[in-house]
Amino acid sequence: MSSAPHLDLDHVAKLARLALTAAEQAEFSRQLGEVLHHIEQLAKVDVTGVEPTAHAFPVVNVWGEDVARPGLPVEAALRNAPAQRDHLIVVPKVVE
Amino acid sequence: MNYEAVIGLEVHVQIKTHSKVFTRVAAGYGQPANTLTDPVVLALPGTLPVMNKAALDAAIKAGLLLNAAIAPVCKWDRKNYFYPDSPKNYQISQYDQPICVGGAVEIELPGPARNVMGAHRLVPLTRIHLEEDVGKLHHSATESLVDYNRAGTPLLEIVSEPEMHSAEEAFAYLTSLRATMIYGGISDCDMEKGQLRCDANISIRPVGETKLGTKVELKNLNSISFVRDGIDLEIKRQVAVLERGGVLIQETRDYDGQTGTSQSLRSKEMAHDYRYFPDPDLMPVKVDAAWQERLRAECPELPLAKQRRFAERYQLPYTLTSVLVWQRALADYFEETVRLAGLDQAQVVGNWIVNDLLRELAAPAAPGLAEAKVRPSHLAALVQLVGSGAVRAHAAKEIFTEMFATGESPEAIADRRGLKAAPTDAGELEQWCRAAIAGNAKAQAEFRAGKDSAINAFKGPVMKAAKGRADPPRVDAMLRQLLAGP
Amino acid sequence: MADELFFKSIAELGDLLAARTVSATELTRAVLARTQAVEGRLHAFNSRDEAEALAQAGASDARRAAGQARGPLDGIPVGLKDVIAVAGQPLTASSRMLANFVSPYDATVTARLKAAGAVFWGRLNCDEFAMGSSTENSAFGPTSNPWDLTRVPGGSSGGSAAALAAGAAIATLGSDTGGSIRQPAALCGVVGLKPTYGLVSRYGLVAFASSLDQIGPLTRTVEDAAIMLGALAGHDPLDSTSFPADIPDYRAELKRRPGPWRLGIPKEYFGAGLDPEVQAAVERAMDFYRAQGCTLQEVSLPHTQYCLDTYYIIATAEASSNLARYDGVRYGHRSTAAKDAVDLYRQSRAEGFGAEVKRRIILGTYVLSSGYYDAYYLRAQKVRTLIRQDFLNAYREVDALLTPTSPVPAFKLGEKSDPLALYLCDIYTIGVNLAGLPAVSVPCGFTAGGLPIGLQLIGRPFDEANLLALAGAYERGHDWHRRTPSL
Repeated sequence: MSSAPHLDLDHVAKLARLALTAAEQAEFSRQLGEVLHHIEQLAKVDVTGVEPTAHAFPVVNVWGEDVARPGLPVEAALRNAPAQRDHLIVVPKVVE
Repeated sequence: MNYEAVIGLEVHVQIKTHSKVFTRVAAGYGQPANTLTDPVVLALPGTLPVMNKAALDAAIKAGLLLNAAIAPVCKWDRKNYFYPDSPKNYQISQYDQPICVGGAVEIELPGPARNVMGAHRLVPLTRIHLEEDVGKLHHSATESLVDYNRAGTPLLEIVSEPEMHSAEEAFAYLTSLRATMIYGGISDCDMEKGQLRCDANISIRPVGETKLGTKVELKNLNSISFVRDGIDLEIKRQVAVLERGGVLIQETRDYDGQTGTSQSLRSKEMAHDYRYFPDPDLMPVKVDAAWQERLRAECPELPLAKQRRFAERYQLPYTLTSVLVWQRALADYFEETVRLAGLDQAQVVGNWIVNDLLRELAAPAAPGLAEAKVRPSHLAALVQLVGSGAVRAHAAKEIFTEMFATGESPEAIADRRGLKAAPTDAGELEQWCRAAIAGNAKAQAEFRAGKDSAINAFKGPVMKAAKGRADPPRVDAMLRQLLAGP
Repeated sequence: MADELFFKSIAELGDLLAARTVSATELTRAVLARTQAVEGRLHAFNSRDEAEALAQAGASDARRAAGQARGPLDGIPVGLKDVIAVAGQPLTASSRMLANFVSPYDATVTARLKAAGAVFWGRLNCDEFAMGSSTENSAFGPTSNPWDLTRVPGGSSGGSAAALAAGAAIATLGSDTGGSIRQPAALCGVVGLKPTYGLVSRYGLVAFASSLDQIGPLTRTVEDAAIMLGALAGHDPLDSTSFPADIPDYRAELKRRPGPWRLGIPKEYFGAGLDPEVQAAVERAMDFYRAQGCTLQEVSLPHTQYCLDTYYIIATAEASSNLARYDGVRYGHRSTAAKDAVDLYRQSRAEGFGAEVKRRIILGTYVLSSGYYDAYYLRAQKVRTLIRQDFLNAYREVDALLTPTSPVPAFKLGEKSDPLALYLCDIYTIGVNLAGLPAVSVPCGFTAGGLPIGLQLIGRPFDEANLLALAGAYERGHDWHRRTPSL
C-alpha cells in the first residue's frame, strides 16, 4: 500500500482553502500516502476503555472575571491589514 | 390534503457582559468600527482565549430558568470554517458537551378573544450552548467590508425540538423566551441590535403522517413579527409547492421582512464539514451544585408563572395580568404599589398601571418606567386618597397626569389645586339619600326584590344634590343602610 | 570557558556585570560584532535591531549604575526564536505569510524577560511555523550548523541553537512541539530545556500544536538554563493551559539536590536507526552516572513505536486549525490574484505557505474531516493516554529517564528530502511532548567528525529542579560544553 486509499486530496485542499498546483498535488499525494500508510499502524493499538488525553495536565474552571480592559486603538488593530477603508477591512466581495 | 407544519427554532442570544467571552476587551454595540478589538479578537499570531466567568454564569442561569439539566462538565470545541467575519476561521463553540441539555419554554397561545387567556404548553428544548459571535460584514457592489467589534461577544444558542406547528406558536415561543432572557438579566434581546437572532427549520407533512418532511432553514428572521410572517409565508410556500405536484428541496432561504418574500440562498460551494475537535487552548468547565444553587437563588419568577400568581393572589382579570407580567419592572412596580396601597386595592392599582401609567409612558418623549417620576409610593398614595373618599375619581385623573409630569406627591397636588372632595356632613348626606329613595318607588321595590343594581338609580339624584361633593363609596354605604331599614 | 565575552555563560557574565568589570553595552557590542562576523555564513537571524539592543543595554547599565539592577539576566543579550511576539517588532514564523507582520503586543515570556532586564538581540530563524527538524523549511533560507556549515543545525529552533553555539547570543529562546528545542541543542552542542507543558506561558507564541507547544531556553550551561527558567516560568492568566505550579529557585536548587538518582533506560530508545557514535556517547554518560552512585535500570515504554503516528495526527490536526487564521484578511500575505473571498483564501495561503506547512495542514484537515475523526484524532488521543501512562509507570521505579536526544548527529543540508525520513529524527523527543514532561538535552560528546552529540534527560512533571540538578551533575563532570566551534 503506497497511497492512502481514502485521501481525496482535492476535497481536503478545498476544506483547507489551499490552492495546489498539479505538481504539488502529485507530490503531496505520494508523500502523504506514505505518511498515512505509516499511521495506519495505530489501528493495531487496543484502546478499549481508554480515555482520550486532550491536556497533559488538565485543570478545570480557568477563567477571568468580567472586567473590560482597554483593547487596541483602531490604527494599531488595522496596522497589518493588507487593505482597509474608513477603519474597515476590505476583502473581495463575499459570495454566499 | 391537509398539511401540518413542523417547526424548530434556533435562537441566538447575546449575553450582556462587560467584556468578550474569551478575552477582556469591552463588548458593546454601536461603537465606531474596529474599536472593540484586541490581539485575541483579531486572532493575531500567538493569542489565546480565556473564558469569561460572567458568560458562564449567564449560560447556567439561562439553563436553570428554562429547567434544563446543567452539565456537570462541559468543554469547548472548535468549529472550523472559513469566513471573513470569523477572525480565527474557527468559532469556539460547544459540540457534543453543551453546558445545558433539555429544558422547555412555556408558551401561551392566543385566546379566542383578547380578554380571554389562550392555552399554555411547554415547547421542549434540545440544548443550550455557549459560543462566540462573529464580526459584521458590510457589502458593497464590488467588495465586502469587515468590522470585528461584534466578534467574540458571548452568544447563547438555544435550540428547540421541532415541536411547534404554526407561526403563532413560534411567535409565542420567541415572545416567552425573549421575556425569560430579559427577566434573567441575561440579555436585553433587542432584535434591532442583533441581540436576539432567530433561524427556523420548517417542514410540512400530511396530517397524520409521523415522518418529517423536507426541512427548509429560514434565516434572517430579525424581528418578532418577521418570525411570525416569515414562517407563515414559508409554510404557505411549501404547501403551494406540494399542491401543484412539486418537490421540496432541502435548502436555506433568506427572508426579507421589508418585502415579505423569501429567496433561496445559492447553495454553498461544498457541503459543510466543520471538523469539530476539542479546543486545546481551553480547559473544561465543571459546574458543581453550589455554583448552580448560587445562580438558582438569583433566578426570578418567569412571566407566565407570575401571571398565574397575580390571578390568584391579587384576583386580577386576564386583561390586567396579561399586560402586567411581561415586563419585570412593570410587574415589580405593580407589586410594590399594592404592598403600599393594600391588597384590597390590587385591581384598582392594576387599572391605574395598565390604563393610565402605560398611556403616559407611551407618549412621545415620555421617560421609561425606570425614570418615571411617578413611583409606586406616589400611586399608592393616590389610590388611598381615592379610597378614603378624599379625592374623587375625576380629580384623581388630573392629579395623576400632573404627578406623572412633576413627581409631586398626590396630597400636595390635590391641596394646591383644591381637588380634594369637601368633607360632607353626615346629616346632610342622609337627607339627600332619603330624598332620592323617596323619589323613586320603582327602584325601591326592585332593590328590595333583590336587584342590587337598582341602587344606582338613587345615586344620580344624590350626587346632583351634593353638587359633586359627595364621596361615592359613602353614598353607596348610606343608601344601603337606609334601604335596609324599615 | 572561552575568553571571549560572547562565549561566556550568563552566570559568568552576571559576575562580571555585577563587578562592573564589563558593562552591558560592552557585552552587547561584543555580541553584535560577533554576529556581524559569523552571520554571513550561519544565517541564524531573520531580523536584527542593533540600535534597539544597544538602547536596552544602555538602559541596563543605567539601572546598574543607579543600584537598581534586576538580577542575573539584566544586560544579557538574549535571542528570540521568530515565533515569539515582541511589541513593535517583526514576527515572521519564518514564513512568507508573515514576512511583513509587526506584532502590536508582547508575548508573556517577552514581558517577563523585559522585566528581568534582558537585552533582546534578534529574531532567530526556524522552520516555517516551527514545522521541521532542520530549519530548512524556513521561507528565508536555511541556517547552517556552526560546527560544520554544510550541515543543518537541527530544528525547528535551528537559528536559536546555531546563534548561541556561534556566540551570536548569550542565551536564546526556542519552542518545542516534538523536540524543536532539544534536537537542535543536541546538534549544535548546547543545553536545551523543554519545560513541563503548562510551566511557561504560551501567550504570544505562534501556535503550531497547542497541546504540545512549550517555550524553553537554549543556553551554554545547565545553570544558565536554571536562570532562564526562573525568569520564564510561572502561571499566566492569559494562557488557560498555564499550570498554577509552585516555582522554586531553580538556580539555588541545583546545589541543594546532590543525588544520587535512580535512572531508567528505556529499551525502546536504543533500537535500529541509532547512530553507533551517538549510542556510544550516551552509554558513556550512563557509566558516568553509575560511577556517581546512581542506579540505572532498564525500563520499558511499550507504546513508543506509536509515538510518531500519534504525534503527527494530533500535531497536524491542531495545526490545521491554528493556521486557519492566516488568510490574508486582517494581516499577512494577501494574493493579488483573488477574484472573490474564497479565492482570496486559497490563493493567499497557496502563495504564503511553504510545502511542509501545506502538507501538514492537509494531513491535519484530513484526519479531522467527516468520517475520519474517530479513526484518527480520537484514537490518537487515546493512544496518547497510553503513551503518557508508560512514562508515569516508569516513574514509579525511577526518578528520570536517560536517552539519546537525536538518533543521529547533524546531517547534511538537503540530505533528508523525504518528509517521513525527517520525521524519524524526532523519535526520541516526541514522546516527551505527548506526555507533557520536562526534558533537557545536554552536550555529551562529539563524533569523530567533530559533530556534537546530545544526551536527553526526561524528568517528572513540574520537577525541573531535580531534572536540572541531574543534568548539572553530568555537566560538572565533563567539559563538552566548554568547546566552541571554529568559525
